[in-house]
Amino acid sequence: MSAGATISYREALRQALREAMQRDPRVFLMGEDVGRYGGTYAVSKGLLEEFGPDRVRDTPLSELAFVGAGIGAALGGMRPIVEIMTVNFSLLALDQIINNAATLRHMSGGQFSVPLVIRMATGAGRQLAAQHSHSLEGWYAHIPGLRILAPATIDDARGMLAPALADPDPVLIFEHVQLYNTEGALSDAWQATDIRRARVHRAGRDVSLVTYGGSLGKALLAAERLAGEGIEAEVIDLRVLRPLDAETVFESVRRTHRAVIIDEGWRSGSLSAEVSARIAESIFYSLDAPVLRVCSEEVPVPYPKHLEDAVLPQVPDIVAAVKEIVSGHD
Amino acid sequence: MIEFKLPSLGADMEKGTLLEWRVRPGEAVTKGQVVGVVDTTKAAVDVESWQEGIVHELLVEPGATVAVGTTLAVLREPGDTPEQLASARARIAAAAAAAAAPAVAATTERRVSPAARKRAQELGVDIDAVQGAGPQGAVTIADVERGAAAKTPAPADRARALRQTIAMAMARSKREIPHYYLAEEINLASALDWLRRENERRPVTERLLVACLYLKAVALAARKHPAVNGFFLDGQFRPSAAVHLGVAISLRGGGLIAPAIHDVDRLSLAGLMRGMSDLVTRARAGSLRSSEMSDPTLTVTNLGEQSVDSVFGVIYPPQVALVGFGQVRDRPIVVQGEVRPAPTVTASLSADHRASDGHDGALFLATVRELLQHPESL
Repeated sequence: MSAGATISYREALRQALREAMQRDPRVFLMGEDVGRYGGTYAVSKGLLEEFGPDRVRDTPLSELAFVGAGIGAALGGMRPIVEIMTVNFSLLALDQIINNAATLRHMSGGQFSVPLVIRMATGAGRQLAAQHSHSLEGWYAHIPGLRILAPATIDDARGMLAPALADPDPVLIFEHVQLYNTEGALSDAWQATDIRRARVHRAGRDVSLVTYGGSLGKALLAAERLAGEGIEAEVIDLRVLRPLDAETVFESVRRTHRAVIIDEGWRSGSLSAEVSARIAESIFYSLDAPVLRVCSEEVPVPYPKHLEDAVLPQVPDIVAAVKEIVSGHD
Repeated sequence: MIEFKLPSLGADMEKGTLLEWRVRPGEAVTKGQVVGVVDTTKAAVDVESWQEGIVHELLVEPGATVAVGTTLAVLREPGDTPEQLASARARIAAAAAAAAAPAVAATTERRVSPAARKRAQELGVDIDAVQGAGPQGAVTIADVERGAAAKTPAPADRARALRQTIAMAMARSKREIPHYYLAEEINLASALDWLRRENERRPVTERLLVACLYLKAVALAARKHPAVNGFFLDGQFRPSAAVHLGVAISLRGGGLIAPAIHDVDRLSLAGLMRGMSDLVTRARAGSLRSSEMSDPTLTVTNLGEQSVDSVFGVIYPPQVALVGFGQVRDRPIVVQGEVRPAPTVTASLSADHRASDGHDGALFLATVRELLQHPESL
């Protein structure tokens, strides 16, 4: 599909998958319900019909087994894309991801590489309860040997897969469940998607809102609301959670002197903690106020809608945090 | 191992700003060597080391303002092991942290953002004087920039800071010290006579000024009457065994400064003269040494170059007295029932009534007068 048309995040992911399989015969998709069912979030709908059962493979309900198979295929020269239903379930494959995929290049002295892409859903907001709603990408961002991507926009949903497949090392792509139905125009920029840099989505001089994934939309809404009150917030989408593009964050905070980090993960030991620490370590003398974080409440994500909403970072929380550190608005 | 600490460069000094280091790690330091330059509110002062060693580590960066007593550098001595130096380093860091902590706890916490602090340094704004208007009363960049806009240009600042220091010291003096004042007219005929004869046989560069005689006489008198020589600290008078005379020197840019000449009672007149001219030159050039700035025990002010008859000065706390000399000129005096002209000067004493009584002061001035009658023995 051409640039400029309005499509959904889901459709953008599907286009990327289709294109990848069309371009490279080594690419195949594997995971629970990706074939006949079309994917739990309907991302791979129609791909089984188009590419056949060899390249769109339904797997048994064993994350450890099919992620392990994906690693084996990657070592064997294929370019597998493994879909895991949610990040909560990826915990069953932690051994494969962390002990194998992330380590083999190092342990083989560079003789082997694992050109594997693992996609999975993350995040809350769809009333799927605690076992399907957590944001654990921050954990993976702790692991050397992995590249962690979090497409938050239509462009990134469309554009991140190709460079991820081109990466000779394992790449994990986290798709926030709230994003699948979002729609937007696909710009021309997706074709040159860079999976090394964060992106400034909105320029502002008073405060830097640093976020990623499902929280980007909330940060942009908060910025909109703040602009109505005379506070110009800059919004940064981290996009790449590992290796973190701290320099883009620093460049922004050096100008605004204030930062609020919005992370749907829990506060303790989170990615937001990492970003905050790096700011304090590297550009302490640029800070005109403490770095604040807006994170999820430290409880398993609840099922009832009103409780789920209460637990997650929301626009008013972001607005309140900003006002706390911007002069003259406290 | 030697800890080189920021010395007090004056009784009213609580902190100083390191302007530059004159030594580098690895360099050997000898006694009396100038190791750095510290800015007090009065002057940029060369700070000397009184111990010998090799510079192991410089702990304070130029530009930093630290409290008196803060360890600025560590000097290594022969026999120091790396372990000893490392443990000393840890102890110093802990002491610095401990020193910082109570200060914060004691006052209401003052919030200054790191960026505001940095901006203040760039703009030369005194961060302590900036009112915080940020969240929770914090001082932010905006506050510093407002402060900078209100500030007078930099060159005027030194004079203003000096004025402020003098204002504070003098106000404190008049608030706390119950002054009493005495004056005595001293016949200088024999002193000036002796001086003329003495100077005739001296090369021009070694000629003595009458001020030299004053200082020596005051120093000897102070040794005899210790109630005017020392400090009033923590509610009690502490006489000083040594006599370090503060010499009030007016500065070209305005204001005055009273650095010390040490052990004046034990200096020869020639030595004293050299010390005086050196001190005046360097005070006006702004290059005084730490040892000269710290703790004169008694100050002498000589306004003889102006036409005033006498000066009743304000004591520089925590000192307990100040001796003044006015203009020397021929005045009518009565000798053996006859009015005769003679060169005289009025010596005056401002003294702290907590440390001495008028009786002590009168005896002190009488001794000064007597000593000046026998200049050859000074």
